[in-house]
Amino acid sequence: MRARGRADGVGLFVYAIFYLAFLYVPVLFLPLFSFNNSTFISFPLSGFTTQWYVQMWADDEVQHALANSLKVGAAAALVSTMLGLPAAKALTRYRVPGGTVMLGFVNLPLFIPEIVLGISLLILLNTAAIPLSLITVVIGHVTVCVPFAITVLMSRMEGFDRSLEEASLDLGETGWMTFWRVTFPLVLPGIVSALLLTFMVSFDDFLIAYFLAGTQVTLPIYIWGQLRFPYKLPTVLALGALILLVSCILVIAAEWIRSLGVRGRRPVVGA
Amino acid sequence: MDEAFIRIEKVTKRFGGVTAVDAADIAIGRGEFFSLLGPSGCGKTTLLRMIAGFDFPSEGAIYVDGNDITDLPPHKRPSNMVFQSYAIFPHLNVFDNIAYGLRKARLPRAELDRRVEEALAMIKLSGFGKRRGDQLSGGQRQRVALARALVNRPKVLLLDEPLGALDKRLRESMQIELRQLQKSVGITFVFVTHDQEEALSMSDRVAVMSAGKVLQIAEPRTLYEAPNCREVADFIGTMNFFDAIVTSRDGDIAVLDAGPLGIVRAPASQPAGAAVLIAIRPEKIVLSSDAVSGGVRGIITASAYLGERSHIHVMVDGVTEPVSVAAQNRHRDGAQHNGGEVVYLSWTPEAMVILPRA
Amino acid sequence: MATTEADTEHQRVSKAGITAFLRRSESARGLALLGPTMVIMVLALAAPLGLLAAYSFWSQHGWTLDTHFTLDQYTRAFSRQSYRALFYRSLWISSIVTVVTVLLAYPMAYFVAFRVEKSKFIWLILLTIPFWTSYLLRVFAWKVILGYNGVINSGLMSLGLIHAPLEFLLYNPTAVVVTLAHAWAAFAILPIYVSLEKIDRSLLEAAADLGDGAVRRFLRITLPLSLPGVLGAAVLIFVPTTGDYVTPSLVGGSNGVMIANIIEVMFDKIGNWPLGAALAMASMAMVGIITLLSVQAIRLAVGKVK
Repeated sequence: MRARGRADGVGLFVYAIFYLAFLYVPVLFLPLFSFNNSTFISFPLSGFTTQWYVQMWADDEVQHALANSLKVGAAAALVSTMLGLPAAKALTRYRVPGGTVMLGFVNLPLFIPEIVLGISLLILLNTAAIPLSLITVVIGHVTVCVPFAITVLMSRMEGFDRSLEEASLDLGETGWMTFWRVTFPLVLPGIVSALLLTFMVSFDDFLIAYFLAGTQVTLPIYIWGQLRFPYKLPTVLALGALILLVSCILVIAAEWIRSLGVRGRRPVVGA
Repeated sequence: MDEAFIRIEKVTKRFGGVTAVDAADIAIGRGEFFSLLGPSGCGKTTLLRMIAGFDFPSEGAIYVDGNDITDLPPHKRPSNMVFQSYAIFPHLNVFDNIAYGLRKARLPRAELDRRVEEALAMIKLSGFGKRRGDQLSGGQRQRVALARALVNRPKVLLLDEPLGALDKRLRESMQIELRQLQKSVGITFVFVTHDQEEALSMSDRVAVMSAGKVLQIAEPRTLYEAPNCREVADFIGTMNFFDAIVTSRDGDIAVLDAGPLGIVRAPASQPAGAAVLIAIRPEKIVLSSDAVSGGVRGIITASAYLGERSHIHVMVDGVTEPVSVAAQNRHRDGAQHNGGEVVYLSWTPEAMVILPRA
Repeated sequence: MATTEADTEHQRVSKAGITAFLRRSESARGLALLGPTMVIMVLALAAPLGLLAAYSFWSQHGWTLDTHFTLDQYTRAFSRQSYRALFYRSLWISSIVTVVTVLLAYPMAYFVAFRVEKSKFIWLILLTIPFWTSYLLRVFAWKVILGYNGVINSGLMSLGLIHAPLEFLLYNPTAVVVTLAHAWAAFAILPIYVSLEKIDRSLLEAAADLGDGAVRRFLRITLPLSLPGVLGAAVLIFVPTTGDYVTPSLVGGSNGVMIANIIEVMFDKIGNWPLGAALAMASMAMVGIITLLSVQAIRLAVGKVK
């Protein structure tokens, strides 16, 4: 029995390693070829170079698209987290009539193809005669970011005892100051995590921005445009490799901050 | 009850269609250690939360020291609370937890430090100020919660099952400490518990609640010796009940026809013809192997040796439930009672409590 | 006496006003906090979807929109052979992707939930990173791998195993399936992992104690209890992949075109928005029906395991 358990544990471990390889190896070809001294993406590798990174960084269009993506991502992250915070509080703290239905509605964007979200907002903006701009991209991104923000913040709020807030009120603080002295510091890891993750969702999104950006260009839209030109591929690879690196760092930071909070709220008994 | 410090007037609380507290009327004196006792779901915690301001009465009013606080938010009330979970802020250290309410009150720094150090000394945790809230043991958290509330010098301290999370030995020592503390600070305590021994041993007076209703408010001794209804008698300690009917009265004494127990005389107020219950505590019944005059004959069905006393079940002809008897084991080699043995039960008239039959 | 009581009650309510009402009513407070989010989501999600539905019942003549109710767009969407083929292919591809992704993810999630003890957090991070990183780039990576001069072809050629590039790798439905299965892998892991992690370990010990072997324990306890996670993962993959645009555009070629590509064309400058809306609504309806039916069928099937 015990030996068997160990045997299937080894089998599963080998499987898990293969699975991780399946997840990561395809993506690793992007950074690999971004340092290859050839415009063709093919083996054998001809030599090491950083020229594609230099070229990419010298490109005004890249810088412009990057600036746009940063603006949109920051705005979408801020707005969706600020919307998610009170909503998550309401859904975890109060018995709200129809709360489950509202939560389901807010999570709807996870279950709708992005193209449908994009075209339906396009139709609405067109009907309301609102010109397409980076602001309309932010609106579109907020709809897909809010479910993520709410999920992250709700799990954080569920983790701490409601009577902490009551204790603060009981000790003489107002509701507003209780939020700043108790709720906010305790939810802070969740807020930071939600900001980082919603920023990633917005920063990486191509399709919604594609429909709502009008003449503006975000980084994914720029990359999409470059894919048509084979001679541009190496610089796109360099750009993609950089984006992947920064994404990884942000995601690890977000998850690490979130886990810090999780460990912090488990009391150490008998210390 | 004009001098009541806390007055709860006809307070009813409904959640949706459920009535959690039903027309509660309670008056608590200044400096009193008052307990709300009842099984879980009886409404005692809801009542406490209405005094604290976390829930608001659907009907009725609550006064503290002559002021109507019914609609005040919690931070404007003269009470502080010790939570069941203690609610120690995990992101603050012990010092800052205790100073929480004082910071709000904008006390001068030196005064604040002094008050917190005093509070730490009071709970015997001097030197623990820098310890983080989530690095404390259960007993320490309980003390910090107590200090955090008392340091604000509230008029009323509300305690929501504050000892429930502690193990038995710690709970017993905390009961004594808490009672001494209350005596020394002189603050009115309202204490919620489901543990009847805890309520009896600590309180000046106790309100027994069940299904949202306040059944009886009395001193511990009265609750035990003279409960006013079957529910209170049953909830506090063990009680034997026998059906009876008042046949006639003789001044303060009622003559009762108690069926298998025969004709019984006991002090009672019910009129002739009333259907009543005779209630007798197990330890007030004397059990003997020899026939005694007026004794009721029965057969032992079970007995359990508990050290200082034994619990014995006696079956009496005509009574459905076995009669519970608690016999003190006064002698090391005292008589053993075994199943099947025929015994005689007797008690004094004063041992009987006559209750209305619902 | 009764009137004075009513008066004081009345005074109290009017004196306390709105703040007191908010304080007293939990649901009012909750709704106030949810309000901004709900307003935004209704304006930016519900209203657009409603308008999309409305468009699908309208028609377009040249540049002008005719808002008379008509089922013409749906008739066209379902009657034209090329659209029907696209619906069929989209649903078929995303069904295969869903099954493959969930089957591949289950053992992985099982491993982390039941076999990893100390380094769970690291495994979870490793598995979630792809979930948050650029979808476009993950799809693009497969174009790099499967392309005519791509990683596989050039790799095999430089090893001397083949002499001419294999052309069947890219631009076909299989390439779409492989790419989607990879791109969506992370979406399957988390829901399955969460449902496995929730299973009380003593249930498995109880099953063992009652005489079940490892296989029967898995079939009778683990699988049924992790079913919500499996179904959640399946829905989370099936629904969006049916409407995927990026993957078929990059690696699908003309044989791998899916319904989203034609919807995109309808919303181009010269497009036909009502027809595009009808195609979008129709595909969502089909996806919805298939999802509901298969979730029910799987529930019934697993419910039969006693």
